[in-house]
Amino acid sequence: MGILEVRDLVVTVEGKKILKGISLSLEKGKIHALMGPNGSGKSTLAFALAGHPDYLIEEGRIFLNSEDITKLPPHERARRGLFLGFQYPPEVEGVRLREFLRLAAANCHEPFCEFQKLYLESLAYFRMDELGERELNVGFSGGEKKRSELLQMRVLRPKVALLDEPDSGVDVDGLRLIAAGIEEAARLGTAVLLITHYPRILEHLPISKVFVLDDGHIVREGGPELAWEIERSGYEAVRG
Amino acid sequence: MKRTSVGLTAELIEEISREKGEPRWMLEHRLRALEIFRELPMPRFGPDLSEVDFSDISYYLRTVEPVGSWEELPEEIRRTFEELGLPEAERKALAGLGAQVDSEVVYRSILEEVRAQGVIFEPMEEALKNHPDLVREHFMKVIPPEDNKFAALHGAVWSGGTFVWVPEGVEVAIPLQAYFRMQTQGVGQFEHTLIVAEPGSSVHYIEGCSAPRYTKAALHSGMVEIVVKEGAHVRFTTIQNWSRNVYNLNNKRAVAYAGATMDWVSGSLGSKVTMLYPSTILAGKGAKTENLSFSFARNGQWLDLGAKAIHLAPDTSSRLVSRSVVQGKAKSVFRGKLYVAPEAKGAKGHVECSTLLLSPEAETETIPTLDVRNHEVEVGHEATVGRVSRDQLFYLMSRGLDEAEALSLIINGFVSPILKEIPFEYAVELKRLLEMSFAEAIG
Ligand SMILES: Nc1ncnc2c1ncn2[C@@H]1O[C@H](COP(=O)(O)OP(=O)(O)OP(=O)(O)O)[C@@H](O)[C@H]1O
Ligand SMILES: [Mg+2]
Repeated sequence: MGILEVRDLVVTVEGKKILKGISLSLEKGKIHALMGPNGSGKSTLAFALAGHPDYLIEEGRIFLNSEDITKLPPHERARRGLFLGFQYPPEVEGVRLREFLRLAAANCHEPFCEFQKLYLESLAYFRMDELGERELNVGFSGGEKKRSELLQMRVLRPKVALLDEPDSGVDVDGLRLIAAGIEEAARLGTAVLLITHYPRILEHLPISKVFVLDDGHIVREGGPELAWEIERSGYEAVRG
Repeated sequence: MKRTSVGLTAELIEEISREKGEPRWMLEHRLRALEIFRELPMPRFGPDLSEVDFSDISYYLRTVEPVGSWEELPEEIRRTFEELGLPEAERKALAGLGAQVDSEVVYRSILEEVRAQGVIFEPMEEALKNHPDLVREHFMKVIPPEDNKFAALHGAVWSGGTFVWVPEGVEVAIPLQAYFRMQTQGVGQFEHTLIVAEPGSSVHYIEGCSAPRYTKAALHSGMVEIVVKEGAHVRFTTIQNWSRNVYNLNNKRAVAYAGATMDWVSGSLGSKVTMLYPSTILAGKGAKTENLSFSFARNGQWLDLGAKAIHLAPDTSSRLVSRSVVQGKAKSVFRGKLYVAPEAKGAKGHVECSTLLLSPEAETETIPTLDVRNHEVEVGHEATVGRVSRDQLFYLMSRGLDEAEALSLIINGFVSPILKEIPFEYAVELKRLLEMSFAEAIG
């Protein structure tokens, strides 16, 4: 059994059925890719797994570390080691990144001194030193927001990280940093679900599995070669 | 006499004045103010004040005799002050501290080095005895009793409060603080604060207010008058957390002369109804004012706030900023008023108010009034109203913060541009007040 098990998940948003029976399993220390056309439901899956109140789970179950978390509120999932890196991280005026993350770390049982060290080190790791005292995502560029999400993951050290397009809108150097961050997390035991449109980031990373989502169904599962197949021939061919 | 009878009569005024051993002119001032009070109408705008019954208030109560140390205070009051952290604040970081319970100041201290600079920091009653000419020169000159009904009422029944005088060129490096407590049911509080900053001086004055909750409506009608002479700088910070039965109807006004700076920072958390519009008259060339206000209105409250800048001289500038949070069935109003006189060429004024609504029933109104009488000015106004977005909440919760923590962080963030102007390192009890009311609101 994987560290995260998703069984027959059906999710509606505003009365519309978006996920139509998703099952997948993520393994500790492995990087899994989730690909699929725009609007296929990738972000919906990530939100539903993280417990967003607008994404209603109609059927199915989610197990984290063998515990059924299907009905838990988002913060309880987070405290158990689930992390969501947002595709579009919201800006929160007046709240300092450091302050926020310190609170988050405390809730995720990170001792304060450990946090301090990890925070400063992670700022350097993601070349974000100038952003450390800034307000949460406020005025961050697209690429900076993505690095900030990765920084948060690195500090919180989750068991499972759902990363929604961490590579979109990121320059070459940023991409390298982000890939390194993901690889490091996996090396330290985090199970990663990497949502992406680009096989480019997969080149930098040891991928164990690729899932293809289409119209609310997982239509294919395979190795890294599947990503290249999509790149070459598009989703039409992959749907089979 | 320790307590006057209920009701508002000339005999009562004479009794208060006799009790305080006041000079003749002050008694005459009180009686004249009472006449004016009787003639003036209630305010014609803002919240409903029909519950305020002037004949059913005790206007004077000396709860305890003034003491020289915290230990001498009655147990209950001492405990209240300790919970608020006042003795701690005094030890750590204040230039002076005064504490008033009901009508009289019960405790006051001033650092020796501040006294040695020639600074006067005394209860009004003492100042009236020790510095009669200085007090008489300024008392209710910035806000005369004719100004409005509550100014007149205050003029008639004022008791307690603080007199601060800072000599020319003296900078008081750390803040002076006063704390006001309405302790007894049915007693109104009418403290008078008068600050005179001589040319080139500077001072920061902080006040905090609280009261236990009683069922009966209570009235607080304080007055703050500030004279900021040439090149001087005064900053006045208030955080009020009156209980939810208090009508808090204040008058606060400053006059700033050439090159002077007057800053107001006001936090309004408590009370049932508040009407508070700190104003600065920019009377001299190049005078400046900044007026920062934040408020947190919750179920049943009507916080009617505002700020005014009256530009009478050239090159004066003002910045009025407000952040209001409204939760439940509550109302917050912000009246931002700029007046620019014909001779105030080169004046600059800016009014900015933002509101964060936490519930669908929450109400807010912003009422800017820009009355500009010449063309060589730069004035502007902005207003925004927002709600806590579900996405922000979810984002914070997805990192392990529970809903209350997330909401509190968002609210804190929203008011932070103003909170960061409050020196919590001095005013520990203000921080405690804030935390308590945030926790109450969210919990
Ligand atoms: N809050 C919402 N309200 C209404 N519809 C929504 C909402 N969230 C998602 N949807 C709809 O659900 C479908 C799936 O959206 P989702 O964001 O999951 O797609 P995606 O696979 O992440 O796409 P992309 O690659 O563009 O990020 C879309 O049709 C979208 O319009
Ligand atoms: Mg998406």
